[in-house]
Amino acid sequence: MKRVIHFNLNGDPMECFVADNKTMLDFLRTDLHLTGTKRGCEEGECGACTIMLDHQPVCSCLLLAVEADGHDITTIEGIMQNGKLHPVQREFIDKWALQCGFCTPGMIMSAVALLNTNPHPTEHEIRDAIAGNLCRCTGYTKIVEAIGAAAEVLRKEA
Amino acid sequence: MTLPKFEYKAAHTIQEACNFAAEMGDKCVVMAGGTDVILLVQGRVIMPEYVLDLKTIPGMDELTFVPGEGLTIGALTKLRTIELSPEVKKELPAVADAVHDVASTQIRCKGTLVGNICNASPSADTPPILIVMGATVETMRKTGVGRSFPIGDFFKGVKKTNLDKEEGELVTRVKIPALKTGEGSAYYKHAVRKAMDLAIVGVASWVKMDGKKIADCRIAVGGAAITPVRATSAEKLLIGQEYSDELLEKAAEATKNDIHPISDVRASAEYRIDMVRVFTKRSFKKALETLKA
Repeated sequence: MKRVIHFNLNGDPMECFVADNKTMLDFLRTDLHLTGTKRGCEEGECGACTIMLDHQPVCSCLLLAVEADGHDITTIEGIMQNGKLHPVQREFIDKWALQCGFCTPGMIMSAVALLNTNPHPTEHEIRDAIAGNLCRCTGYTKIVEAIGAAAEVLRKEA
Repeated sequence: MTLPKFEYKAAHTIQEACNFAAEMGDKCVVMAGGTDVILLVQGRVIMPEYVLDLKTIPGMDELTFVPGEGLTIGALTKLRTIELSPEVKKELPAVADAVHDVASTQIRCKGTLVGNICNASPSADTPPILIVMGATVETMRKTGVGRSFPIGDFFKGVKKTNLDKEEGELVTRVKIPALKTGEGSAYYKHAVRKAMDLAIVGVASWVKMDGKKIADCRIAVGGAAITPVRATSAEKLLIGQEYSDELLEKAAEATKNDIHPISDVRASAEYRIDMVRVFTKRSFKKALETLKA
């Protein structure tokens, strides 16, 4: 069965016709061609598919597209600010916080969600926020440093 | 991966949800956060014709603490909301700890505490602390009459609860009594990783002290039987006695009489028995260290 849903995607109002059994991950990638959100384990373990639902990080593989009806969805494509990379994206590049890049969009979404509510995170809070995002290349040290540096940039901007 | 076909139903009142669940029986699966349900559907463990979403019912995401009485958690209250609540952290810190032990931030931002208990996994993190705190489960049925019972009655087996499916019975809220002066509680999870891991075992303790005497206590263990269980043999040795490390050692040793662990990919039964002993001591000591003034 299919139905019409209304939701905000990266700030834009959407009206879409979706199948009940389609996950938000599939809907974003195959219907909307927003492939920044990555398909990893599809079991909610790896965090590669992390997006924001009403500003909270969630695994889009465990979210039905129809559940988004009436809600706000933010993906990695929607976090640039005024045409510029988000400070978290900028710091991931400057601090070499990625190698293959597959975990990066999910990692960044978790980090942005953290910094939106906690401008002064401790290292422990950063590690806790990305505990549901697995990276198999770099280890986590550079990622944690990049998020800490982005927090500092955001504090100066505020 | 495409999910098997099902029809999504958004419930608008709890009564409508109970009626639908009762009418459809096994053809319907009820979903709150969905972090367990969607996994089960995706893995073809269940093949429902209908997925009934409760999130569209207004007013069921309450989180209210009344001093001297306790905490009320709605069926749709997210784990993340509970763990971040300053009141829960202050008044029921062990509950905040156990909630934080569930999976990852992403899962806790969608998953609910009531969903965690309804999933009835033997190694789930929230049941042991709810059991020792003496939590109450409230439900609604198709008749319009709900029930209220101690959470200890709730768990009946792996993925099995005492909810009456024919009545379309659904959990509406969980109530946790406030800690009184001289009472403390704690939950300790033993897992290989700090996040995104299931407990090998988890032990919760609640204690009421009268000076040096243990006036009352409850110990509950997850991951060591088909349901979370009370370690009554250990409790009996402790209650009414003056606390000493030797007494706790003896009680912790006695937990082996109350548990029936299996050997699986995470640990052997022997290891679980020994770890329940160790984590009983740790959680009981932490409960003693955090007595409410």
